[in-house]
Amino acid sequence: MKSFTYERANSPADAAAAAARHADAKFIAGGTNLLDLMKLEIETPAHLIDVNGLALDKIESMPDGGLKIGALVRNTDLAADKRVRRDYGVLSRALLAGASGQLRNMATTAGNLLQRTRCPYFYDTNQPCNKRRPGSGCAAIGGFNRQHAVVGASEACIATHPSDMAVAMRTLDAVVETVRPDGATRTIPIAEFHHLPGNTPHVETALSQGELITAVTLPKPIGGTHIYRKVRDRASYAFALVSVAAIVQRDGTGRVALGGVAHKPWRIESADAQLPRGAKAVAAQLFAGAKPTRQNAFKLSLAERTLGAVLTEAKG
Amino acid sequence: MKFETPATSNPIDQLKVIGKPADRVDGPLKTTGRAPYAYERHDVVSNPAYGYIVGSAIAKGRIGGIDSAAAKAAPGVRAIVTADNAGKLGKGERNAAKLLGGPEIEHYHQAIALVVADTFEQARAAAELLRVDYVKADGAAFDLAAVKDTGQPKPLFGGPADTARGDFSGAFAAAPVRFDATYTTPDQAHAMMEPHASIAVWNGDKLTLWTSNQMIDWGVGDVAKTLGIPKENVRLVSSFIGGGFGGKLFLRSDALLAALGARAVGRPVKVALQRPLMFNNTTHRPATIQRIRIGADRDGRITAIGHEEWCGNLPGGRPEGAVSQTRLLYAGANRMTATRLAALDLAEGNAMRAPGEASGMMALEIAIDEMAEKLGIDPIEFRIRNDTQIDPERPDRPFSQRQLTECFRTGAERFGWSKRDPQPGRARDGRWKIGIGTAAAFRNNLLVKSAARVRLDGNGMVTVETDMTDIGTGSYTIIAQTAAEMMGVPLEKVVVRLGDSSFPVSSGSGGQFGGNNSTAGVYAACVKLREAIAQKVGFNSAEAEFADGEVRAGNRRVPLAQAAADGALTAEDGIEYGDLDKKYQQSTFGAHFVEVGVDVATAEIRVRRMLAVCAAGRILNPKTARSQIIGAMTMGVGAALMEEMVVDKRAGFFVNHDLAGYEVPVHADIPHQDMIFLDETDPISSPMKAKGVAELGICGVAAAVANAVYNATGVRVRDYPITLDKLLEQMPDVG
Repeated sequence: MKSFTYERANSPADAAAAAARHADAKFIAGGTNLLDLMKLEIETPAHLIDVNGLALDKIESMPDGGLKIGALVRNTDLAADKRVRRDYGVLSRALLAGASGQLRNMATTAGNLLQRTRCPYFYDTNQPCNKRRPGSGCAAIGGFNRQHAVVGASEACIATHPSDMAVAMRTLDAVVETVRPDGATRTIPIAEFHHLPGNTPHVETALSQGELITAVTLPKPIGGTHIYRKVRDRASYAFALVSVAAIVQRDGTGRVALGGVAHKPWRIESADAQLPRGAKAVAAQLFAGAKPTRQNAFKLSLAERTLGAVLTEAKG
Repeated sequence: MKFETPATSNPIDQLKVIGKPADRVDGPLKTTGRAPYAYERHDVVSNPAYGYIVGSAIAKGRIGGIDSAAAKAAPGVRAIVTADNAGKLGKGERNAAKLLGGPEIEHYHQAIALVVADTFEQARAAAELLRVDYVKADGAAFDLAAVKDTGQPKPLFGGPADTARGDFSGAFAAAPVRFDATYTTPDQAHAMMEPHASIAVWNGDKLTLWTSNQMIDWGVGDVAKTLGIPKENVRLVSSFIGGGFGGKLFLRSDALLAALGARAVGRPVKVALQRPLMFNNTTHRPATIQRIRIGADRDGRITAIGHEEWCGNLPGGRPEGAVSQTRLLYAGANRMTATRLAALDLAEGNAMRAPGEASGMMALEIAIDEMAEKLGIDPIEFRIRNDTQIDPERPDRPFSQRQLTECFRTGAERFGWSKRDPQPGRARDGRWKIGIGTAAAFRNNLLVKSAARVRLDGNGMVTVETDMTDIGTGSYTIIAQTAAEMMGVPLEKVVVRLGDSSFPVSSGSGGQFGGNNSTAGVYAACVKLREAIAQKVGFNSAEAEFADGEVRAGNRRVPLAQAAADGALTAEDGIEYGDLDKKYQQSTFGAHFVEVGVDVATAEIRVRRMLAVCAAGRILNPKTARSQIIGAMTMGVGAALMEEMVVDKRAGFFVNHDLAGYEVPVHADIPHQDMIFLDETDPISSPMKAKGVAELGICGVAAAVANAVYNATGVRVRDYPITLDKLLEQMPDVG
């Protein structure tokens, strides 16, 4: 672990400003991902800005009927919130499908969105990885890539985003609120928050240098049946091979996003439109242009079958 | 004590303490965090420096040079140990590759340097500053399937590379029903919770290592041999071990590098292997390719059985031995086995829980299920029909005890086997397709000499000392029970001290031989102590009885404490074995039953319930023995459904080298386990009349899971682990 300096920020704007002052600064909240990566020298920040004291840990009901989730709300608290359980069940279920109780107690809403990939080559500093060392190559292509992306990947990177929470938020059309070093705030729709790898897989989100997430807002509830189905090799504490977040209305319309298949939560609005026609039609839209590897081609069929099971469940 | 004839009645048969489900005597220490593990011996070592191991970034080649200038200049750094400056080093008798590599590199993550600094963080930070110039070698072999045909015959632990009886080829060709299939098992990791860890202290030319090691005497020998110092200058202490599973049978890099580091800085040095190194730096259960051929008559009697194995290892490594159970498990006049070992440049393959049998049973017990189906015979009935009470290769050798059939009958009754639908793919519970499978469990009982020292003091306390280890198995407890039974005292009057090379040499913990042999060694020492006590109080030792804290003869009774009133009485002895294991085949048996659900849409496989019925001699402590079995069953589920170290065949290493990437079962994977020990004593095994249980529990589990998956889905998977992607294409269409 590289030596680093540390400070506690007093306000979100101060935190962002501090981040702009230091080259290689990182915000630290729950630390469930960043600390591990620092110990392995995958992340090597020179400066840490502790944002835990910023009082961004409230869940507030909004006048428009939506919900504003502070960036520091712990995954456990978010999953247990009765408004979330009542109106945004897909989010609560996705959170509880992720990690372990201990990790969820520490992990924050913003940190969850910013998780790095679990690609094993990203984790081995002896190996090339364009995400970790831009330009070094991608060892996962042609290597062990059973877990990797089947769609939206590039010649530079086939990693997936590991979050469950983000997949649910994608179906909910969540909006990420941020503050920048100059104090200006902005909102980023979750659809635009995570990037595809392209030629710059190390650039994973729309955040600019020093920009701090302050909250995630959920639009007012849209009803429907909320399902999160996570498929994995063991029953708990494993990353998704494929996951499906779905909100299905009585008339069969709805929204669906997939985890475990791409560099970001995978939702295509034109696929939503196919929901009344069934899983095959939805999958055809979602995976148009998919380029699986030999090892992960099964994810296409797995995703379609899981979608089918979810739609059947939604019908009751 | 030489054990040459079957045991007759002895004090252990009283079963006042032995055979009782005593709580672990070390339980309170462990549950309150006061059991000191090797890395945490703050009680005996102050001011240690910390070592951080640097693993090779290439699998095969050599180091052109190491630029350590920046690392040396980093804060707190005391030394950087490499092959260049470590002095002349030998290689342990039980190590295939060098524990400190360089300039030659033999496998990925082979240790090439130890950075020693005042704090762990400083050592880790400095380690990242080492600049190593690697020269990769051409022509390395990383793909077992690609090199298998270059494999050479290689003898196993228990016998020759090839075995044959009768005319296998002829009988197989002539058999009315024939079965021939090939199975694969992947490389697996021990993945124990406590990594390899050591603290080294030099006092002049004498070295003490607090370490985590299953086999103290082997460790002492290989430390001495590697460092080129006399064995008597080495002391190993391993009081508590946080899991080993065979991964800690041998001297490994943590202990050697701690010793070298401590020598370099003239100060205690502690080293724990970093988790990401645990998969490529250490040993592992090596992958196998296995072909099984079975011929039978239409009544289901096996006439020919053949089992061939291909595996790979580093030069000097051994084969996995996956064919060994096939020599003994089922009858059949014509039989063969063959073992071929190819050179591979992956980390060393070596013992992991039930080495040989665990891998072999994964294949054999699917093959038996497949053959039974081909014959149209119930798989339990097929096994019972081919049960044997004699060694099928040597009919003059009976099994000492063999209750395989009873295990199956008892298990079938308890598990509800008769309710199983033999037609696969039909049973359903909501979204789950349901299947039930079974498999035999089989593991040999090994005899290893084992010694102990027992002391009676003036307070009537009995202290046992032996270099036996407790790797979580319950050794402390069953040894205390043995001494309590022998000396006629309650458990609270016994103190057990283990894992110190200054104590008499025991069997150690491995091959499920620790329980029976180490307690038999304690038995022998106690017999001697009883004689000393009887003599001290003037009794004829043959007549003396030990009970309730007294020694009694006729109508005289003397409290034990009184016998040691003017000085402790000490006795040391061990158990050594004659040829009873040549005259008799000593093995342990069981039957596994597993019910799985397979999600009809996703093909996710989840175990719903499990049962093991075991016959393994006298059970010294049903509670700790049960823990061994259910732990092994859990490990078997891992082998069946998820455990695989994936080889990167380009760079030559196990890719998923952490506990996120190498999945083992979690609680949610193991909903309900049940196990039964059949009543058995085996007087041919030892005076304890016990046998091993620890590894029996894993043998066959994976095949029982595989057979249950087949019963649920009709899909036969012959390549472990059985993951959903291997089923998906053959699952029925869903909405």
